[in-house]
Parts: sequence; C-alpha cells; structure tokens
Amino acid sequence: MLCDRCQKRPAQVHFTQIINNTKKQMHLCPTCAGELQAESFGFAPQLNLHDFLAGLINHHFTGANIKPNALPQIRCDKCGASEAQVAKSGLFGCSECYIQFGDRVQPLLKKIHGSSAHTGKVPRRTGGKALISKEIRILKGQLQNAVKQEEFEKAAKIRDRIKELEQQIQ
Amino acid sequence: MSLKETVNSPYSKWLDASGPESDVIISSRVRLARNLVGNPFPHLLGPENADKILYALQTAIHQKGMQETVGKLEICRMTELSPTERQILVEKHLISPDLLEQPEKRGVVLRDDEVISIMVNEEDHLRIQCLLPGLQLKECWDLANAVDDGLEQTLDFAFAEEQGYLTSCPTNVGTGLRASVMLHLPALVLTQQINAVLIALSKLGLTVRGLYGEGTQATGNLFQVSNQVTLGLTEEEIIDNLIMVAMQLVTQERTARRALYKDQQHQIEDRVWRAYGLLKYARTMASSDAMALLSDLRLGVDLGIIPDIPAGLIMELIIMTRPAFLNKLKGTELNPYQRDIYRATLIRERLNSLPNG
Repeated sequence: MLCDRCQKRPAQVHFTQIINNTKKQMHLCPTCAGELQAESFGFAPQLNLHDFLAGLINHHFTGANIKPNALPQIRCDKCGASEAQVAKSGLFGCSECYIQFGDRVQPLLKKIHGSSAHTGKVPRRTGGKALISKEIRILKGQLQNAVKQEEFEKAAKIRDRIKELEQQIQ
Repeated sequence: MSLKETVNSPYSKWLDASGPESDVIISSRVRLARNLVGNPFPHLLGPENADKILYALQTAIHQKGMQETVGKLEICRMTELSPTERQILVEKHLISPDLLEQPEKRGVVLRDDEVISIMVNEEDHLRIQCLLPGLQLKECWDLANAVDDGLEQTLDFAFAEEQGYLTSCPTNVGTGLRASVMLHLPALVLTQQINAVLIALSKLGLTVRGLYGEGTQATGNLFQVSNQVTLGLTEEEIIDNLIMVAMQLVTQERTARRALYKDQQHQIEDRVWRAYGLLKYARTMASSDAMALLSDLRLGVDLGIIPDIPAGLIMELIIMTRPAFLNKLKGTELNPYQRDIYRATLIRERLNSLPNG
C-alpha cells in the first residue's frame, strides 16, 4: 500500500480517528507521518510506545479498532485488570493475566517478537518443567553434534538421557 | 561509601573510558526485567504491596553469599533521596526518568561503583542493570545473570514455560533482557552516513535512541543501540547479535574518521581546536553547546590531534554539566542563565588544570 499523502513511499503508519461517530483512516509513510505530527495535524502530540502497543493489543483482543471502553468487561481473576484496561494502557496487570487472557496473548507476542516461545534462561525456583525442557533442547543439540562427529557411543548415552528426561515431564 | 555519597560523586565506573573499543563505544548495558509471583505489576500495586516488594528485595540482597559473588549492594527508597539526588541518578544513567514518579512506591539498589543498579517497582518489580565502560556486553550479562541467580535464591520470579519471564509490558516478555551500547559517532554524523546506518539498524530489529533513552534526541553525537526482540532468542544470542552489530559500527566509524581526517585534515583540526578554545575560555555555555563541543574535543583526542586530555574526563564533564548535577555542585537551585555561567566555569577550571592545559 502506498502512502495516502505522498503516493510514493510505502505506508507503514496506520492511523484511525473517530470523531462524532465518523471513522477516518490514514495510511502514511514514516516521513509523512513525521511531518504531519510536527504540524500536529490531527495527531496526538507524541506517538509513544505504550499508546502504540495499546493499539496493537486492542486490535488483538477485539479484532478491530473499537474504543477500549466499548469492550465486554472480561477481568483477570487475580488482579482484577479488565481487558479494556490492558488494551488501554498496553500493560498487563499481573503475571496471571498472561494465562487469563490466554489465546489472545500468543498471537500478540508473535507479532511483537516474531516468535512466541521462550528459549532462554529458566529460573530454578519457578522454572518447573521448563528446566527439563531446556536441558532436553541442549542435549538434542549435543546429540546432533555427536552423530556428525560419528561418536556413536556418546550419542547413544545422550539419547538415553533425553528419553529419561522426556518421561519425567510427561 | 554510603549510597548517598555514591549518588553525589560525579564518578561512575562506566565513565572512565577504559573498556575495549572505547574510542567509539562509551558504555555497555544489560537490563533484566523480573517480577515477583503473586503480586500485581507495579502500575496496579498499592502502597502496602509496594512495601512488601521493597522488603523482599532488601532481604534478598543481604542474604548469605550475595556479597561474595556480586559485591556489596545497598537499597534505598526514592523518598530517602532529595529531588536533586534522584535527578542525578537519571543523569548518570543509573535509573530511568520513570522511576521519579510516585517516589513513595519506588526504590533503587546500587553497588558502590555503580556498575550494578536495580530499579524497584518501575514498570516491572525489578529491573536489574549492569553498566560497564566500552564494549563489555558479555561481562555485563554475566554479572546481571549472577545477580539474578543470587536474588532467585529467595525470590520467586513470575515465569511461564512457553512465554518465559513474564513482564508488565509484552515487549519485554521472554528473556526480559535489553542489551544496549552507547556509541560516539561524530564521523558518521559529519559525513552524513548516519541516516543510512540508522535505517539499516532498524531493519535488524534494533532500536536507536539518544543519550537519555526513549524519545530523546541524539545530542553530542551519542547514540544508544539496543535489541528490540526479547522472546524466541537465548540471552547469549541477543548479546552476540548486538556485539556483532556494535563491532560493525566501530569499524564504520573508524573508517569514516580516518577518511575524514585524511581528506579534510585542516577543517577537522580547526574544528577540534576551536572546540577546545571555546571550552577553555568561554564565559557562558548552554547545555547543548557543551555537548556538541565536548563531542568535537573527544573526536580530537581519539584522532590524536590533542594529546594529554584523558578521554574519561570528557565524559565526566558531559555528566557533571547536566542541570541537576550543577545544582548539586553549587549547592543551590540555579536558573538556566546562572547554570550556563557555572557550566562554563566548571569546564574551564577542569580543562585549564590539566598538566599541559
């Protein structure tokens, strides 16, 4: 899609405005968006990260650009944060929200990070099964290496260890 | 040294220009976001729960073994510091401006050399930070990791198998790790290559900011580059990616400096010596002028045009001449006009007291 204003560069900033029930949409390239913002032509004075995220979350939670307060009031049991609040602030209320708002969180994370599965550090106290899953991942890497190097005895040992661990988390 | 003395000293370990590649890379930082299980995130945290978290952390930093592995940490509530002292922590990059709001809920942990700092109840319950001079991202990560391990002996961190460490803002979920380097890129700016570089960086999933973080302008040719993605990569992968990019930038900047000095020797020398002259003799100095001139001076030092000025002194002057620091050094609230005079005086005194000044 090309920028509505210059018709030259690709549009990357999508701006929706609802005034008196009339919806107005603009698709702009970053350059034009910057210029319009400088003239504060219909833009909030600053496009800050939280507002931007709130827009994304809002979109994911509702599938459309509806005003947050028009949302049904689903709340997190734990902290009481409503979907509307999360969508408005761009911040979750507590760690439980990630479970409570379940299915909608994963696609959002995928959009932000290009991935929705953690592969990094796992805490010892609260890591649970993830600790074992991580060890399995590391061992699988070692297994591949061992096979490549034709160290079959070593590979067999690693394979047995992986099986053992896999049974533990089932 | 008490935490208050630490705050008020203009020296911070990261300023001493001793690290690797320090002609281009001023400092490296690693930040880990962590939250405690069973508490709402800070923006929904009442005063009682905020206290609970401050206490939990106080216990955690004083437990056995902590001092041996990561050094002596001290905690203080934001309300125990004067507004000027809080602002100084921001100017020294030890805390974010966000930590200044609602001081009654918030606290800060520091090691006396300021390499380790922990913000308490900012956007997340804990933000563990390690800040070192030059390109030392791996060292920062090792240290932050050790602090994290230490704290984890007593604290239960919010974690989910699939999403990793859970954070208030979904942009930090996963590793909770934000790694960044602060770079001095005067030659890329002068040769107008900087915009191409910045665009390339954004395509690599990296964010570029000015000296004082989000939304600030790049004054003094100082840029902060950090990773954007925190989920799906391991901590080591994130660190290695950023090191690779940082080394690329170092090479580009050095090439640009050499080319610039070769093709425009007299202009560059003139620019550097003029900056030195102004800094040594001017009677008033606005903050932005000081930053620009100190950047030119630093370029001159790095190119060997002006020997005998320690590079660390220049960074120290940049921090010392920020508004809150000037107030602190003078002991009163200065208005902008008085500040410009005092800033010029301070810089003059420091530069003229050098052995060959």
